[in-house]
Order: sequence, then C-alpha cells, then structure tokens
Amino acid sequence: MNAQNPRRPYLRPMVGWWRRNPFFVEYMVHEATALFVAAYAAVLLVGLLRLAQGEAAWNGFLDALRTPLSIGFHVVLLVAIAYHCWTWFVIMPKTLPPILVGGRRLTPAAITGGGLAVAALASLALFGIVWGMAR
Amino acid sequence: MADIAETRKRIEIEVLRYRPEQDTEPFLQTYELPFTDDMSVLQGLQYIKDELDGSLSFRWSCRMAICGSCGMMIDGKPRLSCKTFLRDYYPGRVRVEALAHFPIERDLVIVIDDFIDKLESIKPYIIPKTPRTLAEGEYLQTPAERDVYEQFSSCINCLLCYAACPQYGLNPEFVGPGIMALLHRYNVDSRDGGAAQRMEVVNAEEGVFNCTAVGYCSEVCPKHVDPANAVNQNKTLSAKDYFLRFVRPKGDCR
Repeated sequence: MNAQNPRRPYLRPMVGWWRRNPFFVEYMVHEATALFVAAYAAVLLVGLLRLAQGEAAWNGFLDALRTPLSIGFHVVLLVAIAYHCWTWFVIMPKTLPPILVGGRRLTPAAITGGGLAVAALASLALFGIVWGMAR
Repeated sequence: MADIAETRKRIEIEVLRYRPEQDTEPFLQTYELPFTDDMSVLQGLQYIKDELDGSLSFRWSCRMAICGSCGMMIDGKPRLSCKTFLRDYYPGRVRVEALAHFPIERDLVIVIDDFIDKLESIKPYIIPKTPRTLAEGEYLQTPAERDVYEQFSSCINCLLCYAACPQYGLNPEFVGPGIMALLHRYNVDSRDGGAAQRMEVVNAEEGVFNCTAVGYCSEVCPKHVDPANAVNQNKTLSAKDYFLRFVRPKGDCR
C-alpha cells in the first residue's frame, strides 16, 4: 500500500496583521512617530545648510519658520515626538537587566518614570539655554 | 454551583474548523450551548465535543494553566482556554481559533514541530562548568543568584508568546520569545557553564535581532515570564559578544 500522507497543515496569511489587534495598531503608530523625529532632523539640517549659504539664505529660513504653516507643522512634530518619547520609556523596563537598588529590584514603573523625568529635565535645560542665548 | 442541565444561560461559540481530508481552507462553525458561570472556554469546547459534535479537535490536559496545551486565539487574543471564562463573553458569542502564526494541523490543533526543534537547539538543561561527582554534593545557590533566572523558569511552553509575535508570523525562522526566555533562564543560572554554546543561537541571523520590540509577548504570557525582557537583554549581550570577541575570544555565530 502506498497511502497518501493525509497531513495538510494550513498556514494562515499574514496580510494586514497589524490591523488584527489594537496592540499592534498602537505599535505601528508609535513606530511611525519615528518618521516625525527624522522630519525634524531634516528641518535642522536644512537650517544648517541655509546658514552655510550666507546671511540672506539664513534670514529666508527664519522667515519660513515663522509662517503659520511652519508653526502648525512644528506643533504636530512636538506632539508626535512627545508621544514617541513616552512609548520609548514605556518599553524601556523590558530592555534592561534587573537593576538592584538597596537589595530590591527597581520596578518597571520606576524605570519608566525615571526615564521620563530625565527626558523632561533635559528638554527644560536645553530650552533654558537656548532661551538665554536668544535674549 | 448550578447544574448545567438546569441552566438557562446559552452562549454561541464560533470555532475555526479545518479538516485536512475534506476542507481546502478553514471555515467558521457556530455552536450554541448552555453554560454556567464557572465554565471555562475549554469546558465549552469539551461540551461541544461530548454533546454536539464529536469531530471537533483540540489539545488539552491539566485544566489548570500549568501544562500549556490549550492555548488558542480567543476573540483574536492568545489565551489559555482553561483560564478564560465563557461568562466574560456573555451575552454574545466568542470566537475560538487555532493559535496564530502556526500551521493548523486540524481544527484548533497546531503543528509545533518548529518550536520543539528550537527547544532542542538551545540545550534547555544545566551544562555544568566542570564535571562533578555525586560525592561532592549538590550545587549551592544563593537566593540572589536564583532571583536572576526564576521568573524565566516559569515558562510552560504554551506558545501564546509566539502567537503574539508578528515577527515570528512574518518569519518563522526567528528563534522567538519563549525559546529566548528559556535560553536566558539557563545562561544566567550560576550553576550553568553552557552560555557560550547557546550564544550561537542568540547571535545568529534569525536570533535576537529579528525582534522589533513589539512587546505583546510579555502582555499575553499567562505565567508572567516577560520573554520580551529575555530577548532584549540578549541584544545587549550579543552586541557585547560581538565587540569583545577580539579581546576575549569566546562564543561563535551559526
């Protein structure tokens, strides 16, 4: 007898996988916010390029930044980058080895909270320095 | 406890069926059955098999979340069906499918060969640093040394983390979360000396760096193992292995 193998494992397609679960949708959204970080880096690079091209080019760049369209774009960037920062520190406890403080393991909430606090302080310090320089 | 014969509550269970000898692809079949508040989804499936349709196939054993056999997609989420209750889906219906990302053998039964092969490849047992005779006694370990790996030793091989990992679904070559948790469990055990052998799996093309930190594996784990933590700790260890190999040769890449 040469019986045919009755096994026919069925592999389900992965098309549209990220829409199947709210967790995956959020993952795609927070990964996509990285594009906004890249966009802001591009804005800064263009500024550097215009600065290298001389005073007129630099002033043109500053004027462009003051347009309502540019201000609106920067508000969108700020929101997206803040969300990116938040999700970054939410996942941080999953990436670190156990950290012992006084014989106890640091909790995930303490790691996330610590990261967010450092990010907020660093942003404030940078803002203060730039504010001081601009005055 | 209300007797199932007297209960008036009824629920619909929608099951993804696949019978390889007659179906070209899976299809949904709905069963309506009486249930009591203490019935798990697994008990609902057992009712279907006993009373409504004996041809339904699914895996189960312990009924108390320790054997790891009854993992299924329940309303789209990877869960142990013995630890999920029908009352939480009432009124309404609950959809039960085979664990995502694995080939379906039949109905709710998946093909787990890939996981078993990977499990063997990581040598999931303690490889002593130096051979030791019985006369030398047991290996001693402090509570602090045990604390480093204990959480990872809770894995019951239920595969929910694989069904939660889109990277594994997209590329089944990826070693995956559960195996990395078990590998890490042995690598960081103070009694073990096999880390260099296991790092070959970590450092490989299909090793830890296939992970994009979705993190859903740790959310669905019924034993709070946190496989995402094991994977991501080993990204650091793998990078260290790579950059320190000139200074301190050890480990290899498959």
